[in-house]
Amino acid sequence: MKEIIWLGRGGQGAFTAAKLLGAAYTINGGEKYALAFPSFGPERRGAPVRAFTKLDTKPVADRSQTEKADFIVILDDTLYGPQLQGLLKENGKIIINSKDDIEGALTFDAEKISSEYRLPTVNTVMLGLLAGISEVVSAEEAELAVKGYMPAKIQERNISAISKASKEAVL
Amino acid sequence: MKKFLSGNEAFAEGIRLARPEVISAYPITPQTIVVERLSEMVEDGSLKAEYVHVESEHSALSCAIGASAAGARAFTATSSQGLLYMAECLYYASGGRFPIVMMNADRSTALPWNIYGDQRDSLSQLDSGWIQAYAENAQEALDLALMSYKIAENKRVSTPFMANLDGFVLTHTYETVDIPEKELADKFLPPYETDNRIDFDNPKNMAFSAGPDTNYIFKYKEHEGVLAARDVIAETEKEFADIFGRKYTGLIENYRTDDAEYIIVTLGSIAGLCRETADKLRESGVKAGVVRIRYMRPFPNEEIAETLKNAKAYAVLEKDISFGNEGTVFTNVNSALKKAGINVSGYNFIGGLGGRNISASDIEKIYSDIANGTDSVNFIGIGGENNGQ
Repeated sequence: MKEIIWLGRGGQGAFTAAKLLGAAYTINGGEKYALAFPSFGPERRGAPVRAFTKLDTKPVADRSQTEKADFIVILDDTLYGPQLQGLLKENGKIIINSKDDIEGALTFDAEKISSEYRLPTVNTVMLGLLAGISEVVSAEEAELAVKGYMPAKIQERNISAISKASKEAVL
Repeated sequence: MKKFLSGNEAFAEGIRLARPEVISAYPITPQTIVVERLSEMVEDGSLKAEYVHVESEHSALSCAIGASAAGARAFTATSSQGLLYMAECLYYASGGRFPIVMMNADRSTALPWNIYGDQRDSLSQLDSGWIQAYAENAQEALDLALMSYKIAENKRVSTPFMANLDGFVLTHTYETVDIPEKELADKFLPPYETDNRIDFDNPKNMAFSAGPDTNYIFKYKEHEGVLAARDVIAETEKEFADIFGRKYTGLIENYRTDDAEYIIVTLGSIAGLCRETADKLRESGVKAGVVRIRYMRPFPNEEIAETLKNAKAYAVLEKDISFGNEGTVFTNVNSALKKAGINVSGYNFIGGLGGRNISASDIEKIYSDIANGTDSVNFIGIGGENNGQ
C-alpha cells in the first residue's frame, strides 16, 4: 500500500488534491483501490489541514490515519518541521512548495506554475509534482481525475498545470 | 457506473435510486452532505421528490411520518443531538408502522460537545422499534439505502429503518463505489404500496390511542414485525445479489471464525482494521477471527451464538458505554450466548468515543488481553500502564 499525507492550510485545497489522487489511481478500473479523507473537523480558512490518500491493489480496510507515509506533500512551507521526517517510511519523501531549499525535502516553486495558469492555489500543481516524482499515478490519470471531478470551467487550466508540474518534477 | 465518492454521497446516490417522494431534513454535521446532495438532485430534476426544509429534527421526522401516512415513500437523515431531539417521533414512526428510512451519521453526544464519530447516539435508541443497520464502507452504504426500503416496506415488516454510517470515518471518506443502473434499481424496488394510509375513499382511523386491554397486542405485533425482518433481510439480499451481483451476509458477517479461538465482535467501519489485524496475528499462529454485526435490530442472537460457541474467548469492541454498566452491544451479545447455553469468556472494550482513533496496535492488544484474561469492561488506552495516555 502507498500512503500519502497532504499538509496545507484551509482554503488551499489539500483535501481536493487528496481526493483527485484517489480518483486518478482508480480511474481506469482494474484491481486498484483508494481511500481519501481529511483530518476531520471544522473547516477554517488558514488553519493547518491534513488529508490522507491510501492506494492499494486490494480493498483498503484500514481507515485510520496514516502513521508512516511514502510521501508527505506540503502546500505551504511554513507547515514544514523536521519532526515530519518521523512520519516517513524508509525511502519516503517529502515534497514541499517552497522557493527555498529545505534539507531532507524536495522543494519546488509551485506558485510559479500555478500563477502561470492563473490558478489561485497550488493543489493540482503539487498533484502533478507527486505524479512526476512518485509515479503512483501518471499525469494522464491525474488529468482524467480533474475531468471527472472538477468544475468544467477550471479543468483546462488545472490539467495544463498538472502536465507542466509532472514534467518539471522529472528533471 | 463507478465513481469516487464519500459515504454520504454514496448513500445519497442509493436514495436517488430508491425514489422517495418526500424528503424532510435538518442539516447537522456529519450528516449534512447527504441532504445537500439530495436537495441538488431534486433541484436538477434527477430525483422527483418534495424536498421540505424543516426547522428541526423533531419536525423532520414528523413530516416524514405525515408523508408516509399519506402513502408516500419518505426519507430523512440526522445525527447525534438531532437523533435525540427527534426521539419522541421515533416511537410514533415505529408504532404507526410507517416504513420510513433514515440515515444516521453516527456521532458522539454532548457534553462535552463533540462532532466526531461514535455510536452512542443510535445505540441509545435500540428500543425505539426501528430496524438498525450499520454499514462498513461506502458501497455497503449505497446498497443499504436501496435495500432498506424493500425491507422496511415488506408487509410482514412494515417498520422504519435506520441506516447507520460512522461519522467522518465513513461519511466523509472517499472511495470507489459502483452505482447501479436506474433500470435495475427500478426492477429491484417497485413503488411503495400500502393499505396503512389515509384514503379519502376508504376512511379509517389511524394513529389512534389504545388502552390497557389492546395496547400490548399492538406492541406484540410490532415485535413480530421487527423479528420478521430477519427472513426479509435474507430474501432481499438474495434478490439484490441476483440483480446487482453483490452479496451480503445477513445480520452478521464472519471473518476467519470457523477455527478461531479468539474473536472480536464489533460493528461499523472499524471491522476492516480488525480483519487486517486478525490476518497479521494468524501469520504468527494466533487463531484470530472477527464478527461484524450488520444489524443490531433485529438482533442476530442465533448467528452470534453459533459463531462464538467454540471460541476460547471473545471481545466486544464498541464505540458506546451505558454508564454504570457496560457497552450495550456487549450486553446484547452476552444475552445471545446465555440464551443458547454457551459459556465462553467475554470481555468488553470501549473505544473510539468522541472520534478517538483506534489503532492496529490497540486491536492487537485486545486479542492478547482476551487470551490472557482481563477486566470485564476495558476502556482502550485508559487504565493500567497506559493510564490516560
